[in-house]
Amino acid sequence: MADYKALYQEVILDHNKKPRNYGTLEHASHHAVGHNPLCGDHISVALNLDRECIECIAFQGESCAICKASASMMTAAVKGKTRVDAETLIQEFLAMATGKLDLDSPNQIGRLAVFAGVRDLPTRVKCAILPWHTLHAAFNSVASTSTEAEQDPMHSPIGNA
Amino acid sequence: MNANQAVLASPSASVLQSSTPGVATTGRMPVMGPFDVERIRADFPILQLRIDGKPLVYLDNAASSQMPQPVIDRLVRYQTSEHANINRAVHTLSEIATSEYEAARRKLQRFIHAREEREVIFTSGTTDAINLVMHGYGRRFIKAGDEIILTTLEHHSNIVPWQMLAEEKDARIRVVPVNDAGELLIGEYEKLFNERTKFVGVMHVSNALGTVNPVKEMIAFAHARGVPVLVDGAQAAPHMRVDVQDLDCDFYAFSGHKLCGPTGIGVLYGKAALLEKMQPFKGGGDMILSVTFEKTTYNTIPHKFEAGTPPIAAAIGLGAAVDYLSAIGMEAITAHEHKLLNYATEQMKSMPGVRIIGTAPNKAAVLSFTVDGVHPHDVGTLLNEEGVAVRTGHHCAQPVMQRFGVPATSRASFAFYNSMAEVDALIAGLRGVQKVFA
Repeated sequence: MADYKALYQEVILDHNKKPRNYGTLEHASHHAVGHNPLCGDHISVALNLDRECIECIAFQGESCAICKASASMMTAAVKGKTRVDAETLIQEFLAMATGKLDLDSPNQIGRLAVFAGVRDLPTRVKCAILPWHTLHAAFNSVASTSTEAEQDPMHSPIGNA
Repeated sequence: MNANQAVLASPSASVLQSSTPGVATTGRMPVMGPFDVERIRADFPILQLRIDGKPLVYLDNAASSQMPQPVIDRLVRYQTSEHANINRAVHTLSEIATSEYEAARRKLQRFIHAREEREVIFTSGTTDAINLVMHGYGRRFIKAGDEIILTTLEHHSNIVPWQMLAEEKDARIRVVPVNDAGELLIGEYEKLFNERTKFVGVMHVSNALGTVNPVKEMIAFAHARGVPVLVDGAQAAPHMRVDVQDLDCDFYAFSGHKLCGPTGIGVLYGKAALLEKMQPFKGGGDMILSVTFEKTTYNTIPHKFEAGTPPIAAAIGLGAAVDYLSAIGMEAITAHEHKLLNYATEQMKSMPGVRIIGTAPNKAAVLSFTVDGVHPHDVGTLLNEEGVAVRTGHHCAQPVMQRFGVPATSRASFAFYNSMAEVDALIAGLRGVQKVFA
């Protein structure tokens, strides 16, 4: 069976305790709020696109350690990236969290591989995905999204928000 | 017809004859005499499981309880030698199934001390039972401008049906507030009454906090103003002796799977006079006396409310479950669970950073808590790694979470088969959680 404790690795606990890019942006060009109604968690993502490049990004919210660390590491990973590259990373992260990504094949996952363990915890997959789903919604000018119902990224592909 | 005669003449007669009335004989007999938790635990095969190498510590009983061997055996016996549809045929098996199904109804009647067996309606669960009252009573008797009193503590299943009714009828929901300990403010409850008050819905025991509500007093107050009361007993029936006549409630709803019985079965108790005035909830077979395309005559209670083939096996299993609980004794169950609750409460109180949500003096075996700096879902996942099963989330009681300013809690809920050692495992697990997040 999976070693659940493996999920709570130092890096995840560290990002939970000291989240990077935590807060709000004054003049965000894109923003969205993501909700996980099953646990009441919510996370907001705001960013500034400068000629298709993520100039700055911030997040805020109430969530579990998995979600908060995922959001923190996401903001660190996509800062400075182009929107297209960030969208690619969103797809790869979603694929990894649902066990569909071959981590040995070429990918941009890098340190985000610490979240690979959630694929063995169906109830926690959405915790890890929520920030990425919300970032995707922000890119597409969807102000509010959810991990459930029509907006569930597990049922409707995240690329079709 | 005499179903018992048919039973004696049937091929399964030897099995049935050997059974003590009301108690399954295959498998272990329920424990008699002094309460011995280790002997009781031996009746529950699932408690022998290991989760990821650790012994299972099952503390999610408020969500669903586990099933003892005599109930499992009763289900097997039914399916292997008694099953047919009920109320339909003259053949032997149908007579046996009908007789056992109705025997289960009488067991449930005795379990809740109802005056008459026809006051016991089998439903699919508590939610179904409350919806039955909403449709059968509410849609007939609640009118525009009427008011329905509910409480902040209610489970969503005793909120949403009434909201649907209020929307349909243009009625209004009034809500009884709670204090910081999680107790209903009875003075505020009494102030909510006026000439428009037409119904009260209140839970007996809070699933999120464990508070035991003073339903008997609340019912008496409502009755003095001619207002009927529905009690959601889902969390009370497993933990204490329920006497619907003593409470004088008009309706009492509870689920089988929280009572060591199967899923898909529950009970609505209703006073016969009220049930007779109500319209049917679901239309179909069995709930009618005669059908023509011009006019249908409904069956008498309880059959009027049991359209279609009911979950026969589940009802009979629930009958065996309440026999099992009664053999142990509800008073003994309450006493043991109080010991577990008090011990766990004392242990948690001594842990810095652990906050108990719901501190009413009168509580059933539910312990909701938060751990500073740790989200309940992280608590739940880490406890699971130690084999400890707790529930995390809003417990289908979002208004309670809002009242206490938390998005969610972790909840340990005890059953009579839990041991003090399992409380120790919970506390050790929580210390481990705090260490990981230190």
